[in-house]
Amino acid sequence: MRSKTAAKALATVAAAMLLATGCSGSSTEASGSGGSDEPVKLTYWTWTPNMDQVVAKWNEQNPDVQVTVNKQDGGDAAVTKLLTAIKAGSGAPDIMQAEYQAVPTLVAADALADISEELDGDVADKFPESAWEAVTLGSDAVYGVPQDSGPMMFFYRADLFEQYGIEVPTTWDEYAEAARKIKAADPSKFLGTFSAADPGWFTGLSQQVGASWWGVDGDTWQVDVDSEATKKVASYWGGLVEEGVIDNTPMYTPEWNAALNDGTQVAWLGAVWGPGVLEGNAESTKGKWKVAPLPNWDAATPANGNWGGSATSVTSQSKHPEAATEFITWLNTDPEAVKLLAGTANVYPAATDARANALTEPPAFFADQPDFYDIAAEAAEAANPFTYGPNVNVAYSAYKDAFGKAAEAKSAAEFPKAVEAVQETTVEDMQNSGFNVEG
Amino acid sequence: MSTRAPSLIAPAGTDPAPALTRATQPRYRASNAAVPYAFLAPAILLFVAFLAAPIFYSLYLSFRAAKVKGLGLGSGSRTEQWVGMENYVRSVADPEFLASVGRVALYGLIVVPTMLGLALLFALLLDSGRTRVGGFSRTAIFLPYAVPAVVASLLWGFLYLPRVSPVVDVLGLVGVSAPNVMSSQLIMFAVANIAVWGGTGFNMIVLYTALKSIPSDIYEAARLDGASDVQIALRIKIPIVVPSMIMTFVFSLIATLQVFAEPMTLRPLSNTISTTWTPLMKVYRDAFVRNDVYSAAATSVLIALATFVLSFGFLKLVGSRAFNQEK
Repeated sequence: MRSKTAAKALATVAAAMLLATGCSGSSTEASGSGGSDEPVKLTYWTWTPNMDQVVAKWNEQNPDVQVTVNKQDGGDAAVTKLLTAIKAGSGAPDIMQAEYQAVPTLVAADALADISEELDGDVADKFPESAWEAVTLGSDAVYGVPQDSGPMMFFYRADLFEQYGIEVPTTWDEYAEAARKIKAADPSKFLGTFSAADPGWFTGLSQQVGASWWGVDGDTWQVDVDSEATKKVASYWGGLVEEGVIDNTPMYTPEWNAALNDGTQVAWLGAVWGPGVLEGNAESTKGKWKVAPLPNWDAATPANGNWGGSATSVTSQSKHPEAATEFITWLNTDPEAVKLLAGTANVYPAATDARANALTEPPAFFADQPDFYDIAAEAAEAANPFTYGPNVNVAYSAYKDAFGKAAEAKSAAEFPKAVEAVQETTVEDMQNSGFNVEG
Repeated sequence: MSTRAPSLIAPAGTDPAPALTRATQPRYRASNAAVPYAFLAPAILLFVAFLAAPIFYSLYLSFRAAKVKGLGLGSGSRTEQWVGMENYVRSVADPEFLASVGRVALYGLIVVPTMLGLALLFALLLDSGRTRVGGFSRTAIFLPYAVPAVVASLLWGFLYLPRVSPVVDVLGLVGVSAPNVMSSQLIMFAVANIAVWGGTGFNMIVLYTALKSIPSDIYEAARLDGASDVQIALRIKIPIVVPSMIMTFVFSLIATLQVFAEPMTLRPLSNTISTTWTPLMKVYRDAFVRNDVYSAAATSVLIALATFVLSFGFLKLVGSRAFNQEK
């Protein structure tokens, strides 16, 4: 009797489970169907505003390959989502916007497809070497097509500079002098802030000095966060923060927005995409900002770094890598597409020639500065090479903790120590994971 | 049907019931015995799919790790393998984890007594029968509980940040320079304040409801004996609502161990909250920033065990006192 009951109960449970799996089975089938006469359907994860309008152009011209934009929250959130989907074995899009620093992490997780077979041979020549290296990681494989780059620039309030009689700094010594001068003129004002919340900003500044936090030597990763170059940058900022002439609060907070609006922050070390940020956060100051090249360590040999920039990649779960490759090549190299990218989606395209033709007008927020994109192009040209490693996420979160502490302490001695802490955490994490690593 | 109906009204002395049961039982049992299981099936299924399975999967993950070979690039360079207790050892040995546990302990010491003390005070005041706008006050005190923690943290975050805070402006007008509550000395109180603001209302309602269920003749008797309002509160009301206080304490204890939304939301606003400020934030960082679900699983298991031991240990300690009265 009893065994019969148990069998019945089991059958009920089994039936319910079958029902559940039956449902999910049919849904995957539906999405995977792609008959020969039906158009290929591709999904595209991106957080770039207005990207759907750029994609609409492609869909109009290519009825047999239809791309659907799926809007993401931002770079880090999209990476987390993609890695989860890769782990789960399904749910990843065909195409994915990937920030350069995330590419090694995604490749290490086997999330991105190597499209070197599908890609035309001449695509590489359309990009600056630093951008192309970011998608190949120095190997023969190609893990995406570069989309935009973020050469760093110096944004400043021209009206306030004039009011205080300050020259635009061309070197970091002059920048420090300007910071002191502003502080002396009005103690409530700052020339800038050291942001412990923005590791990308700090790596950009280190890149300018020639730092490259990772590197590959044979089959071994080199971790070089604590190089002299990075420490030089850290000490410089630590000194200014301790002196109190530079603010120590993070960027992208309501407080920072208020400071940009009311002139408490007189200048900002941003990147080429800065006008959008200023327009969004400090619209009332329109017409008062100007842009200049990033200050240099040595005025005779100008150098630069990047803050941001991303590639468009095909994921390893895509069933249509060829169609996807065709689309991302068009998106990032076709003159018409690049013009849309620059004009509608407001990105600074990585493709050198197409970019020059696309960007003839300065951004609306800098309408008075016709040479905006000339300065940007020079900045992009001067960018030093920088290699990212497979655990940028670990290094970046270590940066936030270590420099958060140092900035809060307002102690110059803590800044180089924070660099060492980031190095230590990064190397330890790679050793734990089993990478061949030196550092 | 026709055979059963008379049996129900059959005289007790003749006792036809056993015969009837015997006759119908086999047929009944076959279909009846499965009925409870059919009713239970949805609950069991949901329990297995959404509670038991994830717990066992986390346990499984906590003993594993992803290991890479060489540069770790390209497909097949990453494999998942058993690592025994390695994740647990690393979790416990991590000074950041120990620091986060210490922080949560301090946070609990601030939040729980303050919150429950205020909740009890408000409940007693509302129950004293001397308030004019009791209904309004009750709603006003309860309302913050209806505000999601993330929204509450954003609201308070704006009030804390010196440059955007109206509080700082007002204090500045009267010549007081407000301290920066987002500084490393005060951040603990800033976070605790949000939790107290959000949690007092709920606990107040729980205690107030318990107070309302006390029969009023007890108060009458007390008054006849010459007890004042304060004496009634201390000697009658509080002892009677002790079981409710214990319940709210256990809830608060668990909420303390799980503090996450408030510091997570405040974190980007200042330099003072690290990514591992509380144990759950470390779990979040490991899982979603470092993509190391294995370490995250191990730390989660430790937190779950601690929660289990603390809450059940406390209940066992006060168990007889708390629940004997209800029997």
